[in-house]
Amino acid sequence: MSAEPLTPLSASTGRLPQGEEVKQNVASRQQRGKLWQASLLFSVFVGLLVLLLLAWNIVNDAFGGIAVQEAVEVEALTGGRELEELAQPELVAILEENLRSRVLRNLNREQPLAERDAENLIEVILFEIIKPEVVATFSLYDYLFNRAEIEAQLAQDFPRAELEFKSWLRWDFIVNPMSSNPIFAGVRTALLGTLWLLVLTILISFPLGLGAAIYLEEYQSDKIFDERKPVGRFFNRVIERSTSIISTNIYNLSGVPSIIYGMLGLAIFVRALEAFTSGSFFGANEGTTANGRTIISAALTMSLLVLPVVIISSQEAIKAVPSTLRQASLGLGATKWQTIWKIVLPNALPGILTGTILAISRAIGETAPLIVVGASTFIVTDPTSIFSKFTVLPIQIYNWTSRPQDEFRAIAAAAIITLLILLLSLNATAILLRNYLRSRRVS
Amino acid sequence: MADQLRVNSDPRAALAGDAVKQVDLRKRPRIGETIIQTILYACGFISIFTTIGIVYVLGQESLRFFASDEVSLVEFFTNTVWQPVIGEFGILPLVNSTMMVTIIALMVAIPLGLAMAIYMAEYASERVRAFLKPVIELLAGIPTVVYGFFALTFVTPWLREIFGRDVVQIYNVMSAGLVVGILITPIIATLSEDALSAVPSGLRQASLGLGATKWETAIRVVVPAAFSGIVAASIVAMSRAIGETMVVALAAGASPQFTFNPFLPAETMTGHIARISGGDLSYQTIDYNSIFAIGLVLFFMTLTLNIVSRMIVRRFREVYE
Repeated sequence: MSAEPLTPLSASTGRLPQGEEVKQNVASRQQRGKLWQASLLFSVFVGLLVLLLLAWNIVNDAFGGIAVQEAVEVEALTGGRELEELAQPELVAILEENLRSRVLRNLNREQPLAERDAENLIEVILFEIIKPEVVATFSLYDYLFNRAEIEAQLAQDFPRAELEFKSWLRWDFIVNPMSSNPIFAGVRTALLGTLWLLVLTILISFPLGLGAAIYLEEYQSDKIFDERKPVGRFFNRVIERSTSIISTNIYNLSGVPSIIYGMLGLAIFVRALEAFTSGSFFGANEGTTANGRTIISAALTMSLLVLPVVIISSQEAIKAVPSTLRQASLGLGATKWQTIWKIVLPNALPGILTGTILAISRAIGETAPLIVVGASTFIVTDPTSIFSKFTVLPIQIYNWTSRPQDEFRAIAAAAIITLLILLLSLNATAILLRNYLRSRRVS
Repeated sequence: MADQLRVNSDPRAALAGDAVKQVDLRKRPRIGETIIQTILYACGFISIFTTIGIVYVLGQESLRFFASDEVSLVEFFTNTVWQPVIGEFGILPLVNSTMMVTIIALMVAIPLGLAMAIYMAEYASERVRAFLKPVIELLAGIPTVVYGFFALTFVTPWLREIFGRDVVQIYNVMSAGLVVGILITPIIATLSEDALSAVPSGLRQASLGLGATKWETAIRVVVPAAFSGIVAASIVAMSRAIGETMVVALAAGASPQFTFNPFLPAETMTGHIARISGGDLSYQTIDYNSIFAIGLVLFFMTLTLNIVSRMIVRRFREVYE
């Protein structure tokens, strides 16, 4: 490649360009350089454009217009008043008038109507009688710029429907549990699941990863057994060999596809260790037949997944501590562990924490292993212990995206924004924590 | 004993003929320190257990799969039909679509990522770099399921607009491949940029001093010098594309098909594993065992690529003093 002459001119004639030719030659080469530079810049802009398109695509779906059609008009039900203005007995009366006896019996069995508060009754009325149904969903772009077209079509197809602006991402969406109706569906269960998973994964992977990193950086060449005896030499050699295997192994593990970790989790944590991970061994079985597909199984799987990354980033942080600090400490008579605990770790902590949080925030966005481990796609009960069934935000997004209806796509987009906000705040925490620890360090 | 030295604590005392004090200079064993070291070693050993676990689990379930009457090893690697319902287990359609997604992805990611890397390493000013680096990291940090959403709700409709609705199916390999390409671009960009930046500036200065233009320097001096790093980056990205699950699960379709047409739906290995295990899978069925056999093939493909990439870096790296 580099042996090739720079210009075809000198190649064909076998002589160097002279006089006017030189200027021409240089000018054309300069021009070619500029052209290529422009194409490089163009590629960078393509990258930025993709990012913008991605963001716009999500916003476009998460906000927009909906056409709502109600099975029964509120005014017809209440005689022209708003539901919120009615007193509790009036609401009960409406329910008793409009619902079939079987449905009423079911409701009363859950909690007698007379004992419910107004808020709850309004919810029931909305759900059982008024049944607001989204007959059409429009993206933000259509809602803003194709308004007339939309309204014309609506008037034709659904004359009773009303077009309104809808932000699918709203407070209700965050705090509502899962529902099969996209209007009422929320991400509370999934968000709680994600937070449980986040905390558990940190608790499991941080100590293990840090321990391994300390060993690989500080004790790598240490000899535990007596070098003068053949047995000691043998064991030292074994440990040394295994340590070098561990380090190459960690690099290889970091390249294993995440779905493979899911299969490992399925076979080991969900199936083989079912007695422990379902909680039945500890007598914690709540009668919810989670059969091993629990939060703790997911957290263990995720921990194995992030462990290589946590170890590698912690190793980098430990490596960055100047060795003079270690030598000074050892020279003053501190033991190895005292040196690590009091000198090395405090200095490496900002880097270790940042690396760990970044690794785990990556894991929080992972979906594939959790699908395999068996996250539930539809549960309405909040996770209460590490042995609960669970779902997480990415699973919800996957589930909603794979459905054909526009409304589900809209709430998938809203869930994506929720997830991205969560991830961004995690990353921001990592950066703030690092800055805080750096500023506090005396050095 | 050699290291049990006889040390005179005080020369005068020795002269006076007092008893010579014996000092043991050997490192005294400290139980606490040894215990800590053992615990730390155990932490490190977990990674070995993970690998053994992966190989054992995949191997054992695959053995059960091949031991069953319905499938033979030869059929597994040569049959072009994967239809568990009628007992056809040929992995070729799954591997084929995985490779199609990967090749499309690399055709997007290598030019794009490399161009970004060259721009950042050779042309960009400090301020532009300070802006671009976080943007690329942002692209790399977006969860893959979000890219899947993007593929299904943006790229696919866009492809169908361009090529026509009868040509491009709702689920198709092209859309998945393009988006996986975007997903692995940051990997190629950052790793190649590292390799390009590691080329000593003396080489650049020499080339510029000989009258080469900036572009000629970049493409004929710096890129060849960093070539092993760039190849390694591409291989890492390739292994990532092969293992990528969510984009293909959402956008590439749910029917294993042996086709070379990128506009048709075709399920990949990862997509199939995700779909089969997504339902309530009962153990001891051929379906359950079959995903482990696919997983084993997937594991070896990515492992080989990772090892090759490390070998390339080690063997072909140009070292400049």
